[in-house]
Amino acid sequence: MERTELLGIIKAEQEKEGFVSEEAMAGMAQKMGVSVGDVYGVTTFYSFLSTKPLGRHVIRICKSVPCFLKNGEMIAASIETELGIAPGETTADGRFTFELTNCIGACDQAPAMLVDDEVYGELTPGKIKEILQSYD
Amino acid sequence: MTSILEDKTVPEKKILLNHVNEINPGDIGSYEAVGGGKALLKARGMSPEKVIEAVKASGLRGRGGAGFPCGAKWEMAKNAAGDEKFLICNADEGEVGTFKDRYLLMHNPFSLLEGMAITGYAIGARKGYIYLRAEYRYLLKGLMTAISQCREKGYLDDLDVEIREGAGAYICGEESALMNSIEGKRGESRFRPPFPTESGLFAKPTIINNVETLCNVPHIIENGADWYQGLGTEQSKGTKLFCVSGDVERPGVYEMEMGSKLEELLALAGAENVKWVQVGGSTGAVVPFGMLQKPLCYETVLGSGAVMVFNATRDVVDFVYRTLEFLNEESCGKCTPCREGTEVMVEILGRMVNGEGVAEDIDNLQDLSDTMVRAALCGLGQAAPIPVLDTLAYFKKDYEDRISQSVLLRSLKAING
Repeated sequence: MERTELLGIIKAEQEKEGFVSEEAMAGMAQKMGVSVGDVYGVTTFYSFLSTKPLGRHVIRICKSVPCFLKNGEMIAASIETELGIAPGETTADGRFTFELTNCIGACDQAPAMLVDDEVYGELTPGKIKEILQSYD
Repeated sequence: MTSILEDKTVPEKKILLNHVNEINPGDIGSYEAVGGGKALLKARGMSPEKVIEAVKASGLRGRGGAGFPCGAKWEMAKNAAGDEKFLICNADEGEVGTFKDRYLLMHNPFSLLEGMAITGYAIGARKGYIYLRAEYRYLLKGLMTAISQCREKGYLDDLDVEIREGAGAYICGEESALMNSIEGKRGESRFRPPFPTESGLFAKPTIINNVETLCNVPHIIENGADWYQGLGTEQSKGTKLFCVSGDVERPGVYEMEMGSKLEELLALAGAENVKWVQVGGSTGAVVPFGMLQKPLCYETVLGSGAVMVFNATRDVVDFVYRTLEFLNEESCGKCTPCREGTEVMVEILGRMVNGEGVAEDIDNLQDLSDTMVRAALCGLGQAAPIPVLDTLAYFKKDYEDRISQSVLLRSLKAING
């Protein structure tokens, strides 16, 4: 296996298992003939890769300046209230992980967020409730 | 601070966005119906040298932020030793407040692919990559459909285009970090030289161009360098897509001729009661209300085309704090001036925001900025101090007020025990 495939393999693992475990990293290192540190270094560099288990759906609220100007913090707070978890946490039923993220390029629809690969803009606390209900 | 801006409305100049409403991104036929594909045919009838000559003569410069002359870059890659060359389209649009490439990828992916086909032909690359940021995964399917339709139509006979997805890292929009990411590594910046045109992806000569840059190419080939030369200012040719966000009535993507005034753009977007504007993203220049007549071009302010508008209710120090917090998080950590410099800036600004500023803070911010501008490895660290320096130049009183408030707070605490 080529060293250049490492990032792709890590991403595939994340997609399959929902996160990249220490065991998985050790396995990849062995297969590719690189150090575990190397695999860990790549995995932890990218914000969409996780070494901890994530919920079935990942909510990423944009915290960058354009969303901040449109009350992005209020949206983050309404997610906290709705789900009862703080940023970086996962709901007890494993349904959602909630994170704050940097600019997602939806500033014309601020405040905005990603749920998995879907983008939602012009958010209001009311809309949040509706959107969350559509995920099982 | 007034609302006089509304009187200065000028129309947009649409070239890249000209037929955007007629093009169905799922049907290449709709693209060809408005003249798409002609430029590639024309380019194939020219020698690669002539294509490069035309792009050089057009004056096209990179639209990602740095503004490097496009034709000159192509020529370097073309003339570089080795048979295997790569073309990369940088679709890692992570600059805060920038969403023009998203718009192009979503509404007219064919134009990008035609531009890539022409570029590949010109520089002699047979393999092309589109590096798409993870945050834009929802564009992947449409882009793949467009690639397969372009293949069927023969656009990509000489260029194999593959999409590589990012995994969430602002720094990967920086070209050398982007190449490391495609190579499966941490997206850290590289030392230069060697430059990518000589030794880039997999140590082969490589051209990296932004989505918007590549979308300009078909128009230049089809209409000629002279036509393109006629648009814009002396050093900034053509049009530019601007992404307006923040305190405006109509946020969105606007295409204007290079050299249009900032106040004209703000009028289109409906800005009122403006205090300042940041142009070019998180590391972009800060333009205070009194200077909104500035033309938007490489000679003055431009960057990625992000235009974030702040009205009179906004706090300068708070904005700079948030901006540096972002840059600190996204610093790749390879070089000390950027890794530590952004860290200390966040600490200082954070204290100010929390009412714990001290008199030396302003001087320390200046000193740190000087070091970072000179010593950081790549554009992130070199440009990170720009919002700090600009706001210190135009809004020093806002910083001084924060410090005097801090002094007052400390006295009150001392009195109250």
